[in-house]
Amino acid sequence: MSRKPRDKQMSVDEVVASLEDGMTIGIGGWGPRRKPMALVRAILRSDLKDLTIVSWGGADVGLLARAGKIRKLVYAFVSLDSIPLEPNFQRARQGKEIPEVVELDEGMFQTGLKAAAERLPFLPMRAGLGSDVMVNNPWIRTVTSPYDEGHGHEELVAVPALRLDVALVHLNRADVHGNATYLGPDPYFDDLFAMAADRTYVSVEKVVDTAGLTVDTPVQRLLLNRMMVTGVVETPNGAHFTSCVPDYERDERFQKAYAAAAGGSDEDWAAFEERFLSGDEEAYQAAVRAFAEESRSSK
Amino acid sequence: MSDNDFTRADVCAAAIADAFKDDGEIFASPMGLLPMLGVRLAKLTTNPDLVISDGESLFLAGVPPLFAKADVVEGWIPFRRVFDVVAYGKRHVMMGATQVDRHGNQNISAIGDFAQPKRQLLGSRGAPGNTVNNRTSYWVPKHSDRVFVEQVDIVSGVGPRRAKEAGVAASRFNDIHRIVTNLAVLDVNGPDDTVRLLSVHPGVTVEEVVEATGFTLDVPADVPTTREPTYEELVIIREMLDPKGMRFREVPQPEAAR
Repeated sequence: MSRKPRDKQMSVDEVVASLEDGMTIGIGGWGPRRKPMALVRAILRSDLKDLTIVSWGGADVGLLARAGKIRKLVYAFVSLDSIPLEPNFQRARQGKEIPEVVELDEGMFQTGLKAAAERLPFLPMRAGLGSDVMVNNPWIRTVTSPYDEGHGHEELVAVPALRLDVALVHLNRADVHGNATYLGPDPYFDDLFAMAADRTYVSVEKVVDTAGLTVDTPVQRLLLNRMMVTGVVETPNGAHFTSCVPDYERDERFQKAYAAAAGGSDEDWAAFEERFLSGDEEAYQAAVRAFAEESRSSK
Repeated sequence: MSDNDFTRADVCAAAIADAFKDDGEIFASPMGLLPMLGVRLAKLTTNPDLVISDGESLFLAGVPPLFAKADVVEGWIPFRRVFDVVAYGKRHVMMGATQVDRHGNQNISAIGDFAQPKRQLLGSRGAPGNTVNNRTSYWVPKHSDRVFVEQVDIVSGVGPRRAKEAGVAASRFNDIHRIVTNLAVLDVNGPDDTVRLLSVHPGVTVEEVVEATGFTLDVPADVPTTREPTYEELVIIREMLDPKGMRFREVPQPEAAR
């Protein structure tokens, strides 16, 4: 009786090869935190185009926008935190390089994912009322409450479900079957992304055996269950340069170099791309190590 | 500088603290440096019941200096639970504002036309949800007619008039409390829900504030001076919360209050 659930391990390139032009892809994490950057980098290397990207955005959005991969962007913010404005995103917006944008309140974004996760067409919410979110997205409608709790029949925002074809998320540990745990203080919304999507690919710092997932980690941190997961990819340092605590903090020095290149001349960006993004993930990680060495010795 | 001398940054911190003093036991959510300083000052003086966080995912039991690591943790507040508390309502957020207009609407989304902005900013973040769910204040470190404009380019945070126009579901919990700037304290209780001058900081004249505001500001007949920080507050600010003087990065020291 040694039958076990499926082994779902894949490579980053196998994940990206399974994606198609025009898909709606949700990217987990939050801003510059625990983003599935190795998978994003693999999309940059691919021929994929016309994607709808759904993300509380950081450099994932900036990089995909700069590469011209995004046809439609659903976001509430795009920020690198220590560098508040994402230069590649700014450039794309100001140059009207993203054909369609849907800017939501950040709580509406969560509600939209919840609705999709619960297979509902919408969920009601106050957020958005009176703001230009409703003006700039006239297709988002309101709904009148059938109940009167003493304030009349309140008219609330009917936040539409944010359905995803695919969710890409990055966690700290997983087993080969897709059970996955976060080890930092914040789960973000990776479980919601997974349940809002038809297929979910989780990249992790380390694949361990199932028993290892709860050896020194409370069971409450098992955020993803294998029934939500299609594929598992081991990508050490795969969230770089976003944070993936406690495995590593955000690489502020690298982020600064990224932002400088993104906000600089076309030549600056071309040089950054050539140095870091022209090869595969292994080449990227080697270039990052060389960059760290260089900054250490120049200190 | 003698013990009782204070700077403009200290005045701002005390004015921000005052915005939180009557809030009771709620989650105080400051965005930015001076708001963080003001909230922690309130917790150490007028309102010890305030619930504060590290700005990431932990509720702090103590009141550490600005940007110091947590000592004792009293709760868990990851982003998903922040959204829960927004809807629950026991929260007072003080946000920044790239633009604020005469009706107290705020913009942090973009400057210019939304379809192709002249300058893309952060995006709406939580401003639409905050302003129709929980008490919201704004901090403006550089009061000017570029910030205070007749009409914001994009409405991220909703002022009282627009909330009323959107219906009771929007106006029920809309509560724009204070706008604290480097020059003055304002609210949105002027005629027809417009921005009103509450007090000018020591050393600032009403004319200066009117001049630096790009719309017709409601100025009551009698505008008091913002109170001076107390000796206790000055000691807390200088010796406990901000010994390195990080507050002067937002409100520079040369602008001494007297």
